Formats: sequence, C-alpha cells, structure tokens
Amino acid sequence: MIEGALWRRWVFFYVPVTAFVVALLFPFYWMVITTLRPDRELYRPWNAPNYAPFWTTHPTLEHIHNLLTETLFTTWMLNTMIISLAATAISLFCGLLAGYALSRLKFPFAGSIGTGIFITYLVPQTLLFIPLSDIIRNFKLGDSPWALILTYPTFLIPFCTWLLMGYFKSIPKELEECARIDGAPRWKAMLYIIFPVAIPGILSAGIFAFTLSWNEFIYALVFLSSPEQKTVPVGVTSELVRGDVFFWGELMAGALLGSIPVAFVYSFFVEYYVSGITGSVKG
Amino acid sequence: MARVMMRGLNKKYDEVHAVIDVNLEIHDQEFVVLVGPSGCGKTTTLRMVAGLESITSGNISIDEKVVNELPPMDRDIAMVFQNYALYPHMSVHDNMAFGLKMRKFDKPEIARRVREAAEILGIQELLKRKPRQLSGGQRQRVALGRAIVRHPQVFLFDEPLSNLDAKLRVQMRVELKKLHDRLGTTAIYVTHDQVEAMTLGDRVVVMRDGRVQQVGDPMDLYNSPANRFVAGFIGSPAMNFAGVRIAAQNGSLWAESDGFRIKVPQPIAPRLGAYAGKEVTFGVRPEDMHIAGDGDPQDLSFDTAVEVVERLGAEILLDVAVGSSAMVASVEPTATAKVHEKLRLAVNPERLHFFDNETEAAI
Repeated sequence: MIEGALWRRWVFFYVPVTAFVVALLFPFYWMVITTLRPDRELYRPWNAPNYAPFWTTHPTLEHIHNLLTETLFTTWMLNTMIISLAATAISLFCGLLAGYALSRLKFPFAGSIGTGIFITYLVPQTLLFIPLSDIIRNFKLGDSPWALILTYPTFLIPFCTWLLMGYFKSIPKELEECARIDGAPRWKAMLYIIFPVAIPGILSAGIFAFTLSWNEFIYALVFLSSPEQKTVPVGVTSELVRGDVFFWGELMAGALLGSIPVAFVYSFFVEYYVSGITGSVKG
Repeated sequence: MARVMMRGLNKKYDEVHAVIDVNLEIHDQEFVVLVGPSGCGKTTTLRMVAGLESITSGNISIDEKVVNELPPMDRDIAMVFQNYALYPHMSVHDNMAFGLKMRKFDKPEIARRVREAAEILGIQELLKRKPRQLSGGQRQRVALGRAIVRHPQVFLFDEPLSNLDAKLRVQMRVELKKLHDRLGTTAIYVTHDQVEAMTLGDRVVVMRDGRVQQVGDPMDLYNSPANRFVAGFIGSPAMNFAGVRIAAQNGSLWAESDGFRIKVPQPIAPRLGAYAGKEVTFGVRPEDMHIAGDGDPQDLSFDTAVEVVERLGAEILLDVAVGSSAMVASVEPTATAKVHEKLRLAVNPERLHFFDNETEAAI
C-alpha cells in the first residue's frame, strides 16, 4: 500500500489498479455479454437507433443450448480434459524426477543440462510442429488423443523441470540430509520429505502445465483432423467459423465454457498454493 | 557408545583444500568441540563423519569400523543442524518417530521412545504441533529429541545454538551439557563460539584454514595456547599482542617495545635465550594485568594512557595505549581509572606468552 497523501494513493494505487482490472476483465465481460445476447441484437448494425454494445435487454441461453446440443462441444471438452490431464501427469512425473536430479544430485554437466533443458523450452512450437508432424505420421498417431498426449510433454517437461528445479533448490538441503541420517535411502528421503515439502511447487507446476495444455492450439490444429477428436480451442474456432460466417454467440459461449475449468482450477488451487508457500519450507 | 577416529583426513574441493591432514581420536562418551572461524573446515570435518561429504583421503572409523564408504544411514549417528531441519509437514511426534519408522521399529517401541525423549526434553505438550507453531527454543528441543530417540552411537552437532537469542543460548548450553552427562553418548560439536567450546567440551579442537591448531581440555588451551592463533581465539576479551625485541642485559632477558620494557620472568627465560636480539610477539591476557601498586616490581609494569573505560559490573575493561600499541586490561570494579589518565599497569609474571614471529608457535 502506498503511504502518504490521498492524491498519491489515488495516482499510484487506485487508478492503475482499476485500469488494470478493467483491462483484464473486459474480454471476459465481452464473452459473457455476447453469449447472452440474442442473435437479432448481435447482428444489428452499429448505427441502428437502439444499438447498445455493452448490455442486453433480452438475455438468452439459446447460444449455450445450441452449443451443447448441435455441436460436438461436450466431446471436445472431454477430449481436452483427458488430454490435458494425461499430458500434465506425464510431464509432472518426469519434471519431478528431472528437477530433483538436476538440483540435488552431483553429476557431470548438471548445470549445462539444466540450461539445455531450458533452451529447448525456448524453441517455438510454430517451428517444432513441422518435424513433430512427421514423427506423428511415422508412428501412425495422427488424429488420436495420443498425438497430443505424447507431444505436449515436449514443452511441458522442460517447463515443469525448470520450475521444480528452482523450487527444490529453495528447500534447505539439511532436511534431506537429516532424513538420510535418520535412516532413509535417497529415494525415501525424496518421497517422504522433499516431495511433501515441495507440494506448493508441484501444484503450481501442475496448474501451469494443465493450463498450457488446455489452451494449446497449434499442435491440436495440426495433429487432429476429424471433428470428434478435436479439443476445445480448435473445435470452437474451426467448427463455429464456417467460411466467413462467424457464429459469434456460440463461439463466445464455447470460449466461456471452455475457460471455466481453467478458472476453477486456478481459483481452487491458488488458495492452496499461497497457504502452502507461507507456511512451508522454513524448518 | 563408540570411539571415533580420524586418520590423515583430507577434503579437497576443486580449488580449495578445506580439511588438511586431520588426526583426531574421540574417546567413548567424550564431548569434543571443533571450534574455529568460519571457513576453517570444522563443519566439513563433521559432515565427513556424518557421511554427507565424501572423503578425499584418510580414514574415519566409528566403533573400530572404517565408515568411509558407508552411507549416512548405516553409520548409526544422529545430527542436529543449525537450522534444525525439522520436517515442516510432520508433527513433532512424527518428526521424532521418522528415524525409528525408517528403521522399522514396531509401534509400541516407537511410542515408548518418543515419549521418553519428550520427557527428557520437556516437550510432551508439543507432540501434536507442527514445527512452524514452535518457538526457536522449542524447535531446538525437537531437533535434539529427534537425535536422541534413536540412541545412536555418536551425536553430531553443527552449530545447533547459533540461531537462538543470547539468553536462550546460555540456557540450552546448560541443558545440552546435562543431556550429555545423562546419556553419555559420544558427541562431536561444531561451533564458532569459543565460549560454547570452552563450556561444553571435554576437549576442544581449534581449527584454522583446514588444519588442527591445538587439541586439549579447555583450561589447557587457555593456559598454554600452542600458537598465536589459539591464544587470540580462546578467551574473551582476546589476548593482547605486541611486537617486542628480546634483549640480553646484565644476565637477564628483557622484552622491549617502544612503549614498555619488561624483564622476562625466570621460567620462560631459558626458552627465549635463542631469540636474544630478535623480534618476537608478546602476549598477555587482559585478566592477567592489573593496576600497579607499591608491591609490583618496576620491571614488570609499564605506563599507559587510558583511552576508553568499559564498566561491565563485575570488572572494568580499560582500553589503553602503550607506546604505539593498544591493549585491553581487565581490572577490579572498584578501580577509579578515568579516560585520558596516565596509569601504570603491571602484568602477572607467570602468565606471559611469547610467540615466534615466523611460525607463530608459542615459545
């Protein structure tokens, strides 16, 4: 909080915070209002006498109903959920082991391997999907959830590894040394002491990995072709935009419903995550 | 209960030779303190005993068995860390029980031992709490409890009291001493605090730059330090040092500097004979100086100028200038010395120290 005169608080705190909040929340508001707006209001020209872009007088659930009954949206949700959970699980598992090894075990080139992993994370997906699609074809995985479950970890594992490596480094190594003196072999010290203490870090890595795979677009677009295999981001944009016709109501309803799981995961776990951080690592 | 032996122990990191040729024998039931400034290799030595650092060369044996290659869990030791290293996600009870569970003790035995340790340390009421709900002193006790439940052969302490405030530190020091008397387990204790070392140790090992400087019981170190470093490190306030020249005159030896001239007393004189005409370092502890009275011989006293007077209650510390060097003297609390006053101080002839300027060894 900014100390001092009232005008200082307004200029340096309230005004910037308000601007920030408005800028962040406006797209969501736009999504909600477009979802609820009936078609006849949606396609009204801007110079019509009763044009009102920021509110609606006749809210309707028609678009949501259409989305759920006339498109494959529920299938896409299910696909996205399965793919995101599986990719997150694989990445977290590998990231945990790799992050632990890179931060705690002494072996040649540990530092440069860590940096190397980080660099692979920097290679843009827009480049990587070209060789990856070749691999997907060779393994005959195209148009199946496995195409994404196995490719998402290519960027999620470096990400999780890097994040967890940092977290493990922040845990005093005495904890583990003490466990090893207490009679735990290294893997037990890892399992019973380090991982439980690292739960806030593991949770945040999991949340980010889940969000990244939930929102992923390029791989999903390239590797999946049949409508019933698609994920939400790809399904909504490819099936609800036909040629140059935009089904704005359904599009926004899809975007809205599609962002709910992520928002839910965040709001639920971030609480957990913060409480974990404040009370943990200090012995 | 066990004897710990270190033979020709060395630890080299890439550039740094952290521990050099340490030979140490720690007897069964003995409480040995490793003390020295930071970076002197004391913690590294302890960690090698614990098995947390590999040994570059040499041997460590516990209870007549060489343990160089044994993992920490098989050495039957317990260690208390400076930051306590309590497992933050476990209750006090589970923290203490963890080592026993890992060693597959049965449940009633675990419960019995945890209860027993909690009673010894007076932490029965805390067993259900998490470490973050405890004060510094309570955490310290839990860390001790975790070490004693296992009834290990050797306790290792790595500066366990340095995170406590001054008052609690003194209290825990006494409790540690009692605990050791009661359990009689061999203990190696690392600290940078010479007071802790002197009060706790049956024997004290002074280290510097990876080498052992002197091993002895606390009063040995205080009364006859082996070299200038030990002399300056042990004792508070620290020993005064001054560069002097040894001169032979009228059949006796004199230590001369620009501010004072003292006759070298008889017991030391023969050893200093070879240094006649040479520079050596003269050392005298503040408590071995007093304000000169009529009975003090002229050749064991010198004139000083008082610069600072520190009244501590039980004693008064005088910071004085002697020629170009500064000294501290501890005098009676009844002394009436004032700042800027001229004062004649006398030294106790039996408690003078001389050190070779090149080797720093005591003469």
